[in-house]
Amino acid sequence: MITLLHSAIVFGTVILFGALGEIISEKAGNLNLGVPGVMYLGAIAGLVGVFFYELGTPNPIPIVCILIALVCSFAASALGGLVYSFLTITLRCNQNVTGLTLTIFGSGVANFFGGSLNKLAGGVGQVSVPVTSGAFRKYIPALASIGGEKSIGYLLFSYGFMAYAAIILAILIHFYLKKTRSGLNLRAVGENPATADAAGINVTKYKYLATCIGAGISGFGGLYYTMDYIGGTWANDGTIEALGWLAVALVIFATWRSLNAIWGAYLFGVCYWMYLYIPGLQRRSLELFKMIPYVVTLLLLVFVSMRRRKEDQPPAGLGLPYFREER
Amino acid sequence: MDSKYAIEMRGITKRFGHVVANNNVHLELQKGEILSLLGENGSGKTTLMNMLAGIYYPDEGQIFVDGEPVSIQSPKDAFDHGIGMIHQHFKLVDVFTAAENIVLGLDEEGKLDRKAIAAKVRVIAERYGFDIDPDQKIYEMSVSQKQTVEIVKVLYRGANVLILDEPTAVLTPQETDKLFAVMRNMKADGKALIIITHKLHEVLDVSDRVVVLRKGEYIGDVPTKEATQQSLTDMMVGRATALNINRPDPVDPHPVLEVKNLTCVDKDGVKRLDDVTFTAMGGEILGIAGIAGSGQKELLEAISGLYPVVSGEIKYIPDDGTALDLRGMDPMAIRKAGIAMSFVPEDRLGMGLVGSMGMSGNMMLRSWKKGTGPFLKRKDPNQLAMEIWKNLEVVTPGIQYPVRRLSGGNVQKVLVGREIAAGPKLLMTAYAVRGLDINTSYTIYNLLTDQKMKGVAVVYVGEDLDVLLELCDRIVVLCGGQVSGVVDARKTTREEIGLLMTQFRKEGATA
Repeated sequence: MITLLHSAIVFGTVILFGALGEIISEKAGNLNLGVPGVMYLGAIAGLVGVFFYELGTPNPIPIVCILIALVCSFAASALGGLVYSFLTITLRCNQNVTGLTLTIFGSGVANFFGGSLNKLAGGVGQVSVPVTSGAFRKYIPALASIGGEKSIGYLLFSYGFMAYAAIILAILIHFYLKKTRSGLNLRAVGENPATADAAGINVTKYKYLATCIGAGISGFGGLYYTMDYIGGTWANDGTIEALGWLAVALVIFATWRSLNAIWGAYLFGVCYWMYLYIPGLQRRSLELFKMIPYVVTLLLLVFVSMRRRKEDQPPAGLGLPYFREER
Repeated sequence: MDSKYAIEMRGITKRFGHVVANNNVHLELQKGEILSLLGENGSGKTTLMNMLAGIYYPDEGQIFVDGEPVSIQSPKDAFDHGIGMIHQHFKLVDVFTAAENIVLGLDEEGKLDRKAIAAKVRVIAERYGFDIDPDQKIYEMSVSQKQTVEIVKVLYRGANVLILDEPTAVLTPQETDKLFAVMRNMKADGKALIIITHKLHEVLDVSDRVVVLRKGEYIGDVPTKEATQQSLTDMMVGRATALNINRPDPVDPHPVLEVKNLTCVDKDGVKRLDDVTFTAMGGEILGIAGIAGSGQKELLEAISGLYPVVSGEIKYIPDDGTALDLRGMDPMAIRKAGIAMSFVPEDRLGMGLVGSMGMSGNMMLRSWKKGTGPFLKRKDPNQLAMEIWKNLEVVTPGIQYPVRRLSGGNVQKVLVGREIAAGPKLLMTAYAVRGLDINTSYTIYNLLTDQKMKGVAVVYVGEDLDVLLELCDRIVVLCGGQVSGVVDARKTTREEIGLLMTQFRKEGATA
């Protein structure tokens, strides 16, 4: 049970980062279906950055490793967001098509470089960045051993710093959207860009910033997965993509609220791993259980649309391009 | 700095592609005056004002604020110059509260202090006599309340010049009076106001001066005191138009539609129609009057088979004299029986037309079932579209041109024209002239009268009492879903109908 919850929180953190970025983007009216791609970009860029740092330095300093990974990851995924923004905001392309393209592009690029890294690393053909990954996975043993082996302390305190950063970030985003002027403006851009424009808000600027920063945050999800879960290696088994789609689903599940996304992410994590803990599953039935998170999202969509509460609906301007002189 | 004029516009020209929306327009607005901007549909009034509000940027010409030449590149620039515009379609975020909408986009210092904002809003509301709850969500508000939020929003930003684009189009007479009172308060406070409206009596009522535009060009300005409805209409249209609606006596009236004790309930269990009884005669125009939301829409929809009926009868009597019960009939079958409805909603494109299709395509929406075989036949709809284009003077580059790009009035002509073309026995129109200029309105009135002379029973749901009085033969007055009276349009008065509109039928009294 504890092990299930533990893995749920690890995967939940990946999903949470992805979803938080997407919430910001969607609140500004940009439905970025490129989240999986962006997470791939964030993952590979962070890995590439520290790989060369660790390769070129005899004694890599952990804190520098972390910084390099974070900066590279954020920059690459924000760049992905910038491409998306340019296409959808400036050129007013269809958001769905652009997002899906970004996903395909991101996974392609990441797996290409991931494969190259594995080759560069030589040896067993597996890249590895032990110092960085160690730094990312560091936790406080005293806290983690509260209550003994695999108990309450393990459940709450045995993760790398990014798991906690995600929660803090979710709270910050909630505060930003609800309590600040800039957050109010951002939501207005997503709800009704024409109104925001008439109120003197720079719609283009908000959309660009929200999408790029959102993509940067989503990218951290990929980074966390690479550095923490698979321990600073590269695996092109498509897990990041699966988690990326779950992040998109989580945004809907959380009804665009970052605080809901926290528990939602862990719930998705539990759903994701559930099949390992249900006895007597065949290969066939196993796949059925892997569907659970998506089924949950579908049910929630049905439920939310039946209740028709205005506050639970997606931002009214989601997915629509905005052009001021359009009549 | 101390100019006599709050706003001056000199030689303004604005083009959209090949269409010239404004051509060399001049306009001055004095401080402390209410200026009416008058013109037919598509005469460029809203475009001109949008250039003051920073939505569009003029291709040529210069704008002066307080005598200083300025360049208004964005709505923010407009606010910085103290210009605020209340648009025809409200620019409000539905899921925000009034207060949140009001402070939207402002870069005031400090964090979002909702209490302080609400307090400031209340001060403004008290000063000018608004009725507003800062914490109410927009989607819970009535149209009039939303408008109030828009005006307060502009005042909150310290605007000295307020532009109101057709503010009364969606208001009841009472709400309009309230709005005018507020406008006069603002004028007394030294603010300058521009109001765009089609309703001439409002122009005469509220404004100090009138500027007339025609086809994007400046025609002239007159002090309101020296103007009359006739003189303004002449300026607007450019030729003398008869203000009287031609109303021949009904020919051979015979019952076509009998509605008895009709009751409808909406999904929240509220009675939308309560025991409604009336008869529509062939060869006459039956007016339906009432404050917006008194059940007009539900009535028409119930007859067309689009709204569920709880109890009562709807009997339709075609030429052969056999009565047909419309209740529970399929809307398609009802149409086929010869009943047409054209409902012009507040958002004209919202009902009945596909914006990105041309006139021809929209004609087909009603006739697609007629054809045989899997392929579309474009000949008939094209011909029909051509006829409507010609007869109703629709301003469009061609019948394949997307109707979304047409101006509001032209969209409406297409909508009403199509319904008439179906050759119905019972023609129902709601708000057929909503937002139309006088000239176009008369075209539509004449179309309806033509139908009446052909023996069609016309049901006309209208807002303007004067028009109802002049156009219709009989008028059914609705109030809160009940029929509060049926009057002879030739004998009744504005006052009588106005009274009926606000008077609920007493318990037990007979209609």
